[in-house]
Amino acid sequence: MMDKRILCAPFSDETIRSLKAGDMVYISGTVYTARDAAHKRLCEMIERDEPMPFDFDGQAVYYAGPAPAKPGKPIGSVGPTTGGRMDAYSPTLIAHGLKVMIGKGTRGARVIDAMKQYTGVYFAAIGGAAALMAKCVESAEVIAFEELGTEAVRKLQVKELPVVVAIDCRGNDVYKLARES
Amino acid sequence: MKQVKTADITALVEQLCIEACCVITEDINNKFKSCLQTETSPLGKEILGTLIENARIAREERSPMCQDTGMTVVFVRMGQNVQITGGFIEDAINQGVRQGYEKGYLRKSVVKDPIHRENTKDNTPAVIHYEIVPDDVFHITVSPKGFGSENKSALRMLTPSEGVEGVKRFVLDTVSAAGGNPCPPIIVGVGIGGTMERAALLSKKALLRPLDTPNPDPSLASLEAELLTEINKLGIGPAGFGGITTALGVNILTYATHIAGLPVSVNIGCHATRHAEGGL
Repeated sequence: MMDKRILCAPFSDETIRSLKAGDMVYISGTVYTARDAAHKRLCEMIERDEPMPFDFDGQAVYYAGPAPAKPGKPIGSVGPTTGGRMDAYSPTLIAHGLKVMIGKGTRGARVIDAMKQYTGVYFAAIGGAAALMAKCVESAEVIAFEELGTEAVRKLQVKELPVVVAIDCRGNDVYKLARES
Repeated sequence: MKQVKTADITALVEQLCIEACCVITEDINNKFKSCLQTETSPLGKEILGTLIENARIAREERSPMCQDTGMTVVFVRMGQNVQITGGFIEDAINQGVRQGYEKGYLRKSVVKDPIHRENTKDNTPAVIHYEIVPDDVFHITVSPKGFGSENKSALRMLTPSEGVEGVKRFVLDTVSAAGGNPCPPIIVGVGIGGTMERAALLSKKALLRPLDTPNPDPSLASLEAELLTEINKLGIGPAGFGGITTALGVNILTYATHIAGLPVSVNIGCHATRHAEGGL
């Protein structure tokens, strides 16, 4: 087991700058789920100048659509979905204050450029380890787009969610580094 | 003539949906453990350890290993002497999927129409493949397919002159382009030959062969071993964070083909590559 570094969400720019690609860290605090359909809606709302359903400042968006919760549990299995599908939307959200993203798989150049410009970070959660990650969720509440079902925006309180810094604010990409070494 | 009741088919499919999503197959779990010993990257080891732990939690709690409980692919192998009674087989299978996804707390990920994209809210319809065989067997395999890996699959119509080297190049290019997206360590299903759609189906069926069962054709077994070695040199590693465990196995199925063609399909399965089977 490597040394355990726990980060508390929301994130300061100083914290984001201290992270480098390949670091394994644990996130505690609030994260918001949003995936394809929610991203599309958020961008449409920005276009119409409407307020966002939550304050982006320093907050983390987790690309995840959970399985249904069993009775007595806050949430069902909840692992990351592919971040690349959010590439069409992320630069707009980052320009509107979003700093932290959690998904899996690499990102496009426009997203990485926006992260460098606005001091953002992209974490990768462990794809497929969704039963384990559900145990990190202490509470879950739908706060927007309830009609989207699993794709609704949920506010999660998480404890020590295991993630890896996939792309840091300097644009270093763990997926590229892995292939080069 | 053997009779099979649709009510029994529904009950079997319900049970197999839940089992496939919650219980990792023994061959894959064993492979995780052996790869944990051989993986050289510390982060890669950490990920493999997490996957073993995740599989344990899922099995013990009867929770889905992955939140993407997939589009439900169902393979039916049915003897020509079997008569289905009590209704239409396809309705019975879809009812089993509906019940399994509801009772198993599995995610409903299917949209009714690829353009308008309205969720059907019960994960139906399933993708069902029927195979008619002799005698009176009735066998069902349920393989829920997540789209993190499905999206990275590919098919190409090679020319005969490209030969086995062309096949190898296409498999490696497809896995390389997939990178960390399909939740490595992956299982690579390869279908070679037939027509376009037969190659695709072979590549999906190839994913069902247990990792500890060798290909019965020695030349294909050696091609599988060679491809696995080359894939594991790509450096993608567990979760794409680097390492030597990019794939757990390569499984190939072939079929006769046309003098002018060499279809090759690569279906990528995630590290869980879920499936469960049973008969009536």
